[in-house]
Amino acid sequence: MKKHILDFEVVENRCIHNLYSLLVVKPADGGKLPEIKAGQFVQVRIDKSKTTFLRRPISVNYVDAGKNELWLLVRKAGDGTQALAQMKPGEVLNLILPLGNYFKAREGESRFLLVGGGVGIAPMLFWGKQLKESGYEPEFLIGARSEADLLELEYLNKIGVVHVSTDDGSAGTPGVVTLNPVLMQKWDRVYCCGPAPMMKAVSALSRNNGVPCDVSLENMMACGLGACLCCVEKTVKGNVCVCTEGPIFNTNELTWHD
Amino acid sequence: MARLNVNIGGLSLKNPVLTASGTFGFGEEFADFIDLEKLGGFIVKGTTLEPRQGNPYPRMVETPSGMLNAVGLQNKGVDYFIENIYPRLSHLDTNVIVNVSGANVADYVEVCRRLAPLERIPAVEINISCPNVKQGGMAFGTTTTGAAEVTRAVRDAFPRTVIVKLSPNVTSIADIAKAVEAEGADSVSLINTIMGMSIDVERQRPHLSTITGGLSGAAVRPVAVRMVWQVAHAVKIPVVGLGGIMNGRDAIEFMLAGARAIQVGTANFVDPAVTVKIIDYINDYCERHGVSDVNDIVGLI
Repeated sequence: MKKHILDFEVVENRCIHNLYSLLVVKPADGGKLPEIKAGQFVQVRIDKSKTTFLRRPISVNYVDAGKNELWLLVRKAGDGTQALAQMKPGEVLNLILPLGNYFKAREGESRFLLVGGGVGIAPMLFWGKQLKESGYEPEFLIGARSEADLLELEYLNKIGVVHVSTDDGSAGTPGVVTLNPVLMQKWDRVYCCGPAPMMKAVSALSRNNGVPCDVSLENMMACGLGACLCCVEKTVKGNVCVCTEGPIFNTNELTWHD
Repeated sequence: MARLNVNIGGLSLKNPVLTASGTFGFGEEFADFIDLEKLGGFIVKGTTLEPRQGNPYPRMVETPSGMLNAVGLQNKGVDYFIENIYPRLSHLDTNVIVNVSGANVADYVEVCRRLAPLERIPAVEINISCPNVKQGGMAFGTTTTGAAEVTRAVRDAFPRTVIVKLSPNVTSIADIAKAVEAEGADSVSLINTIMGMSIDVERQRPHLSTITGGLSGAAVRPVAVRMVWQVAHAVKIPVVGLGGIMNGRDAIEFMLAGARAIQVGTANFVDPAVTVKIIDYINDYCERHGVSDVNDIVGLI
């Protein structure tokens, strides 16, 4: 897929949480969005933070092809994402996109569970929507600290059944996502994005249940293009770039369970 | 249109803009953003005799106006390059230069010997300055005898332009430059990264798996400009300047300090199209200053 460096205009900044912002952007020149697939990411140049030197990789949360809009769910983690989360409608941000590989549905599989932890829900909205449009009935398992930290439930609910786990038990099943009984059901494939310990636990449980598990990694990146070799993950093939060979990996390719 | 052609030790470049090894992959990673043939050339990822897995993750941390890396020369080895990469690059109308690294002198020689028959590789850049490997690398670049020994050996193994990439992690970079010039280097490039370190204070551990790493980006530029200026006054061979060049203005700064050509490194991560913008800027600068040949601004300081 051809990559582009493009300016985007912020259409809307939905401050959906004190830690997260949902930026809705469209091509600043009025052109059509390039093709983007679920699971891919963009590299955002942060112009308004003096302490931020490199771009920041951000998952594609959703593509609204009808409105020609791209959604970016931003967690305020440091100065760079803080500045990004404060962008206002009309302001312009520069993106490199689309980057990385993408989620795939395999032939013969139909029962899909999409697991998201925290901001890890971001790629699952778009992937769930694409699965739904392809005739599948994906279900979601969302993990968060508490009910107030559950993100984008209103959008996910329109796509499929949403199961919830919260650390404090304020909504859904109490405890981490791996305690949620829905993970024990007969799935054809589990897709997971979230903090590394969560992905490892979901992967281990899926493996025990004989269910393939695809995860989306977010290793620290510099270029996002496969040039700097900084974001590598150890795999059965050796160290590979998460930005080009990933971010999506089947956990059998990784060395998590050796 | 000013004349932008420069010559570095027998290697003719259509303009002074190269890319730094390790920041530009094999060029192909940037082909969606720029026309690679517009570049004076590009220097591909550090290549060793045997494949290397590099250092464990994490290998990178952002620092003020820059970054530390500890990639550790991850590459698939020279034979893989010759069989799989070279055929894809050899049709390009630009200079593809291979950066060569080794754990010992014999490794450097053997890599150069295997590259020598590749007619579309007009030059090698000998990396005696990588701070991220245990053996070889910077060990050769921090003494005049080590630098001279490697240069002498590869000089006989590679028949075209030999550029030696110098480490800034030394007391006198001019002395190292003179030592490699005396052994037949056609050109020197500088600087490689400056050894640095960064600590995650909350977790009370280093950000990099290797504890220390190499600093690059805008933060190193004044150090690099100073060293280019010192070396340009110490040797007669052409100097290739690099270190924190983010835009055309920075490129001109290096040329005024004595660089015949420049390399763009970390800036490629921020703007993958920056190199062609720098070429345009250099041309505009020359026209604005009434300079018909870019060579006329080299070493004005």
